[in-house]
Amino acid sequence: MSLNRRQFIGLGAVAAAGAVLAPALKLIDLVQARSPDEAVTALKRWGLLIDTVKCVDCDVCVTACHEENGVTGHGRPATDAQWIRKVGLRDKRTGHVQTLPLMCQHCEEPPCVDVCPTGASFKRADGIVLVDKHTCIGCRYCMMACPYKARSFIHEVVTDQKPDVPRGKGTVESCTLCVHRVDRGEIPACVEACTKDGGQAMLFGDLNDRGSAIYQRLRAEPSSQIRPDLALNTGVRYQGL
Amino acid sequence: MLGPAVKSDCDMTPFTVGLLTVLLMTAGPAVAEDKKPARVVLPTVKIEKGEQCVEPTDEMRRNHMNMILHQRDRTVHEGIRTVKHSLKNCIDCHANPKTNSVIGKDGFCASCHTYAAVSMDCFECHSPSPRKDAAGGKPATSRLDMQRDQLQRVTAPKPLAAGAPVKGAVP
Repeated sequence: MSLNRRQFIGLGAVAAAGAVLAPALKLIDLVQARSPDEAVTALKRWGLLIDTVKCVDCDVCVTACHEENGVTGHGRPATDAQWIRKVGLRDKRTGHVQTLPLMCQHCEEPPCVDVCPTGASFKRADGIVLVDKHTCIGCRYCMMACPYKARSFIHEVVTDQKPDVPRGKGTVESCTLCVHRVDRGEIPACVEACTKDGGQAMLFGDLNDRGSAIYQRLRAEPSSQIRPDLALNTGVRYQGL
Repeated sequence: MLGPAVKSDCDMTPFTVGLLTVLLMTAGPAVAEDKKPARVVLPTVKIEKGEQCVEPTDEMRRNHMNMILHQRDRTVHEGIRTVKHSLKNCIDCHANPKTNSVIGKDGFCASCHTYAAVSMDCFECHSPSPRKDAAGGKPATSRLDMQRDQLQRVTAPKPLAAGAPVKGAVP
């Protein structure tokens, strides 16, 4: 039985609707939470956008980070671990001071990964740069290679770690972008704290997702990387520098 | 005659000694088990929670280290956080309720590893205590919610546009 004109047009309309809707459904799929047994993929790239104009003179991001990850010090600033720190910039001519949080910039081309002799320093498929402490031998090459001084070495025995954040003597560590929270579908602790109690200067999201707030802001407004000359393509971007 | 007799005697002696040694060795632990001498501290294998582990007991005793090792790489590198073979799942069930830990003298992991004289360094980095919210953790907000919240925040008519840096600065 052949199709008459009306049936043909009907089928054509269905096919056209399918072609239009399929990519949209695909996009929605990408946004939804990954199930725990699914591996991360390069479809996503997690990133941060920090608006230094809104960054006020507080350190809730630092406190929240260290609380979330169980990073405690011994009162020795030279050697205590620092996952995130507030950096102050002062314009020598005008005296204008601005502050910004600085942490692992989650580079696309991370120098720490290049120099690691054991493969412990690695970049996850979704762009988060991590240290696999099972294979880290504590040589600290990555600390020397990092242009942002983002990594710390654990000099002393650690107790009372958070169950989600293993930390131990003799290994290097840095900001994990709260990978344990991100894998649960939550946002990093610093961003949450800044949104709630700080200047709402931090935005977390998927740099690859055209529908995400961070993608749209980066597209619409000017932003910069720290040390763009190194061509590392950082996942952490700044505004107002 | 004397020569061969002596020779055969010499042949027998090591055999007898060997036999006796084997008998003694097999009898030794049995006797020891009956009397339970205080010199050897036996492991505290006390299951605190649940009736059945994630795999049959024999399988767990022989291969738990492989499961944890396999899971660890999948978790760290691929972000796969299934609960079943995770170290946190071990700890959540097996932690001693008194010490809230799997290490220490009566810790599930430590006591058996001490008995078997196999060192483990999991707990030089990992917390030996269960998660605080192990009983009822709050459900994670989905990514969609997260994105929606952030989008609303961005598109909303700038809450801090006036540059008021500190909340509640004006009484």
